[in-house]
Amino acid sequence: MLRPILQRLGSAAVTLFLGSALLFLVLEVLPGDPAAVMLGLEARPDTLAAVRAELGLDQPALLRYLAWVGGMIQGDFGLSYTYRVPVADLIAERLSLTVPLALLAILISTALALPLGTLAAAKHGKAADAGVMLFAQLGVAVPNFWIGLLLILLFSLTWPLFPVGSFPGWGDGLLPGLRALFLPAVALALPQAAILARVTRAAVLEVMGEDYIRTARAKGLSNRRILIRHALRAALLPVITILGLQFSFLVAGAILVENIFALPGLGRLLYQAMNQRDVIVVKDVAMLLAAFVILVNLLVDLAYLWLDPRLRRGA
Amino acid sequence: MRYTYFIRTVSVLATLLISPAVLAQAGGPGTLTLAMPIEPPNLDPTSAAAAAIREVTYRNIYEGLTRIDRTGAVQPALAESWTLAADGLTYIFKLRPNVLFHNGSPLTSADVKFSLDRARAPDSTNAQKPLFEPIAEVSTPDPLTAVITLKRPTGLFLWNLGWGDAVIMSERNIATNKTNPIGTGAFKFASWTRGDRIVLEKNPAFRDAATVKLTKVTFRFISDAQAQVSALKAGEVDAMPNLGAPELFEAFQKDARFKTVAGNTEGEVVAGFNNARKPFDDVRVRRALTQAVDRKALIDAAYNGSGQPIGSHFSPSQPGYVDLTGVLPYDPKAAKAGLAAAGYPNGFTATLRMPQMTYARRAAEVLAAMFQDVGVTLKLEPIEFPGQWLDQVFKRTDYDMTIVAHTEPLDLGIYARDSYYFNYQSTELKTLMADVAATSDTSQRLALLGQAQRRLAEDAPALFLFLLPKLGVWNAKLTGLWENQPIPANDVVDVAWQ
Repeated sequence: MLRPILQRLGSAAVTLFLGSALLFLVLEVLPGDPAAVMLGLEARPDTLAAVRAELGLDQPALLRYLAWVGGMIQGDFGLSYTYRVPVADLIAERLSLTVPLALLAILISTALALPLGTLAAAKHGKAADAGVMLFAQLGVAVPNFWIGLLLILLFSLTWPLFPVGSFPGWGDGLLPGLRALFLPAVALALPQAAILARVTRAAVLEVMGEDYIRTARAKGLSNRRILIRHALRAALLPVITILGLQFSFLVAGAILVENIFALPGLGRLLYQAMNQRDVIVVKDVAMLLAAFVILVNLLVDLAYLWLDPRLRRGA
Repeated sequence: MRYTYFIRTVSVLATLLISPAVLAQAGGPGTLTLAMPIEPPNLDPTSAAAAAIREVTYRNIYEGLTRIDRTGAVQPALAESWTLAADGLTYIFKLRPNVLFHNGSPLTSADVKFSLDRARAPDSTNAQKPLFEPIAEVSTPDPLTAVITLKRPTGLFLWNLGWGDAVIMSERNIATNKTNPIGTGAFKFASWTRGDRIVLEKNPAFRDAATVKLTKVTFRFISDAQAQVSALKAGEVDAMPNLGAPELFEAFQKDARFKTVAGNTEGEVVAGFNNARKPFDDVRVRRALTQAVDRKALIDAAYNGSGQPIGSHFSPSQPGYVDLTGVLPYDPKAAKAGLAAAGYPNGFTATLRMPQMTYARRAAEVLAAMFQDVGVTLKLEPIEFPGQWLDQVFKRTDYDMTIVAHTEPLDLGIYARDSYYFNYQSTELKTLMADVAATSDTSQRLALLGQAQRRLAEDAPALFLFLLPKLGVWNAKLTGLWENQPIPANDVVDVAWQ
């Protein structure tokens, strides 16, 4: 049991290191000088040089890479070029919005997808199945920012049940914060739920054909019990894989959805930093997201080990 | 982002169906919530060029010796009066007494000397450093007198001192002004939730505190045009001084709850030629292409009809403006003949690097169609502004044509620079601009500016298209917001609720 875990930890660390080098390289060759973006169309060469020196951009690339990685290992994420405050503070501020938003979206999408997918599989070929598949088709096809706009029109303007894009923070208590995040979370969750429902349906259908289901049925277990105790548990493996992959989609989706709802989250920070060539913020946020995705994949791998005893012995 | 237009059209229809509600003051009585599309990177206008910094801090937080008012005129600010010696080189500024910084320390002439010396120092990071270049020396005979000696007469010096880049700061706060600005203005900084809002509070120690009506001002940052409209309609924002989507402006014009004003900015939208590249090195080609452009139709398509056509690089709201839109009027036949005379009877193919801003994209598309009518094929190549654009077009001048708004006021001097991205060379314009800078007599200076405008209109180093409008939308009960934008600012000192 220990060796496969260690192997997976090792490969996660290597991926992380390669990711940081690649990220640094890509941002290094990206056209756009942060000092030029800061100073605009009137900037003169001597002023540009002064700003570049102030930002430390006059140092050689290798030194800057080592300083960046070294700083991050020690928990120092550097100073934002544009805001001039520690990047760690910026990220922490934004995480208090984006993490609850992502969790809420995952919660909504799972809560919708698992029952719908299982239902569709159980009623295979019937009206309920067709209904779920139609929802899944629509959900995959319609982009989340479009859903976001519709939700704003319906629930903020026509019936003002939810605020339009202002996040009160968590200082006023849980409820106002959740209320502000509800619509964006739904917009994020619907496309994810559609994909997840399809995967659940396919996985449950596949499992339902297995021998052990026939055995369970022969033992006289009820359909409901077979579905929940045997089929769904075995079908969870692909579902968890997709759920893990969806984290990165959630981040990409959050950039759009946070813009539509004018929410100050991590996605919007990344987008703004990219526009302003606040390269250090881009690097740190991208690295954090990469680390997060790697961590989620690691957890998914470990969940496999737990769910599928065959993997525990092999490599 | 092809969906955007479609989404906006559908949204306009949908927003029109929404029943009107009563708009309350978004943040409670005596407060103002104002939305801007872009968040300032920091709050020190002497450290970076971003207009958004000035749009929060100008006059509200920081003040200079002079200030530029809503009409573009120079007014006294921290200096209550000044005299110019007969030599035209020595300005003596009398500072307003009893002015306090937000941290309680008094303003003295030492702060003036410090701020101006810092702006022109060798290691200065001021984005408008050339404004301060004419200064030879700043001296402080007493705490309320500052004497500025110039190297040469500088006609616009008092106006230059009114820019956001020339505000007076105290040396003690320099290190922290980016995140915790300390100025002398009517409002002081209260808080900043990055990505979301900046809150200012009324400064009770302000010298004219009784005339300041607002107690709290919130600047919210909403980049998406549709989200801006939603926030206004829902009453979560009281004012949007510059609406992002011109096609949504009309819906507000019909809504009695809002006041709408289509004002002027100083942003000239120009489609620059690379004057060093064939065929744009030939003035006959540039003139012919100017005649291929129907400015009125272009403005209709690019900005829903708001925005004034311009014939040169000059804003109609500036003194000295000459209407030169008739110098090379729209005439496709003449354009074709001109191209033929220059050796291109069958036209040619060129590439236009097109930034992502809506006005630029739409104007470029219309330009391409108009060029096609005279036989010139314009390929549109998207480019990211500002990052990529500054690198490829601005710095390396690797382009045929591009399109962008030049938002600095009175900036036709850029065509007199040796290394500017147009690669335009004109000894005559250089001489004219040097004379403008050295002339203190107003009518003489304006006449010279007129000549410079004409020179540009005739030489056509770029296609001069239109002036970027300022489409303001705010609660009908608000008074005192600027209708035009002579410099980047959201001066709310005189704003009040009816």
